[in-house]
Amino acid sequence: MSSIISVANLSKTYGSGFKALKNVNLDIKRGEIFALLGPNGAGKTTLISIICGIANPSEGRVLVGGEDIQTSYRKARSLIGLVPQELHTDAFESVWATVSFSRGLFGKPKNPAHIEKVLKDLSLWDKKDNKIITLSGGMKRRVMIAKALSHEPRILFLDEPTAGVDVELRKGMWEVVRTLQQSGVTIILTTHYIEEAEEMADRIGVINKGEIVLIEDKATLMQKLGKKRLTLHLQNKITSLPESLGHYELELCDSGATLVYDYDTKGDRTGITSLLSDLRAAGIRFNDLDTTQSSLEDIFVDLVRTS
Amino acid sequence: MNHRAIRAIYLFEMARTWRTLLQSIVSPVVSTSLYFVVFGAAIGSRISQVEGVSYGTFIVPGLIMLSVLTQSIANASFGIYFPKFTGTIYEILSAPISYFEIVLGYVGAAATKSIILGLIILATAGLFVPLHIQHPVWMLTFLVLTAVTFSLFGFIIGIWADGFEKLQMIPMLVVTPLTFLGGSFYSIDMLPPTWRTVALLNPVVYLISGFRWSFYEIADVSVSVSMGMTVAFLLVCLVVIWWIFRTGYRLKN
Repeated sequence: MSSIISVANLSKTYGSGFKALKNVNLDIKRGEIFALLGPNGAGKTTLISIICGIANPSEGRVLVGGEDIQTSYRKARSLIGLVPQELHTDAFESVWATVSFSRGLFGKPKNPAHIEKVLKDLSLWDKKDNKIITLSGGMKRRVMIAKALSHEPRILFLDEPTAGVDVELRKGMWEVVRTLQQSGVTIILTTHYIEEAEEMADRIGVINKGEIVLIEDKATLMQKLGKKRLTLHLQNKITSLPESLGHYELELCDSGATLVYDYDTKGDRTGITSLLSDLRAAGIRFNDLDTTQSSLEDIFVDLVRTS
Repeated sequence: MNHRAIRAIYLFEMARTWRTLLQSIVSPVVSTSLYFVVFGAAIGSRISQVEGVSYGTFIVPGLIMLSVLTQSIANASFGIYFPKFTGTIYEILSAPISYFEIVLGYVGAAATKSIILGLIILATAGLFVPLHIQHPVWMLTFLVLTAVTFSLFGFIIGIWADGFEKLQMIPMLVVTPLTFLGGSFYSIDMLPPTWRTVALLNPVVYLISGFRWSFYEIADVSVSVSMGMTVAFLLVCLVVIWWIFRTGYRLKN
């Protein structure tokens, strides 16, 4: 898959001297859903703002659809739809007027049929004549998505799209995002909700203190997530493992007091039944057992702590 | 050129005018009518003529300029400040539109409103006093140039302001006094010599003088100087706006 966004050696230092981004390199593949995770102040919004033209980079280069965001900004920006984190709306405009305005701003000719489709897809059609000030927070969020989609972008940035949105609406938005991806739109979303990244993303990137600390296919990450650990607390300590248990790749811990076995929950066979049977045959007994599973959140927290 | 974007901004701003018709059009017209009553009728009855023109007629160009100046600044500054205040500026900055086109949309709308307002006030004045415009083309040229120039100035104030207080500060504390002292209601020839010299430092004198000349062929300073000063101020505003966009001042981090 070719890159639709290519970020090379991007740095951003604010006037105060604060380095928001440090030599960021990132390629977003055409047609994928990319989730960018990171704690508050990690640089997610700064990165998006630079790509979309809202903030100036201090160093580095960004190409969008092969076009430089600074020298060929018109072509680059016309490919992008942005839904910012904050609910910035024209309070006294109607939904229809504000969404139509966005389409015009991006240089597209009037197309009431498209605006109608976008509003219907986002369940806003019956509110099209309402002033934005009268809408609920969730509806305002959808209006912002409608504005971003009004000019038929090929890339959609969703900065914390479901912050403060109830579970039902969140799932509705996920459906919209999936439909967009099926129509060939590349989606970059930042989120605090790990489950959102798990649910939606093809690839996941983690940013912390202005640096990208991980970029991984979700499938690979999920494979890591699919691993579980069985810990057996032995009745009597042992000094070595019998040969009959050699193929289980067991680990002897706590000076021989516990046995640790890692297994794949998604595999056809976990091997737990035969392990327990072979342990009994080898005369190894245990008092207790427990299992643990690392989540994406654990991986994320670990990465953020160590980076 | 992104014509559709310019049109979108222009129509969006004009729509705001129609939504706030009372504040945008009716209020300045009522204020101007009151000026006619107070200055034209009350004071005018004690001043028979100024340079061969009745006092009520004499103050018409000044009154139009007073409204055009203040409304140009108010419209343009609010037009760009409000998206900054609400945060919707993100959309303008992320759109495929050049800075020139942004200015064209906002300043074009603000200037249009002021010109419409100026013409409405002119028509209103016609109800109070007899009017004859000697040079209608020059009158329109001065009106348009002044509306554009002060809309650009208002745009700069709107970018510079980081609160509603600052938004009001320059129009209230600088522009209104300069307009009142700029010969709206009198000829600066009526001032003592020292004050006349001081008055010539006021740029608004040149605007009003040129505009009044286009009506009655009477002026405090030569019409070419008036035109020169107006164009000079226009160029200064353009240079400041060019610098704002080049540096991203108060717009981009």
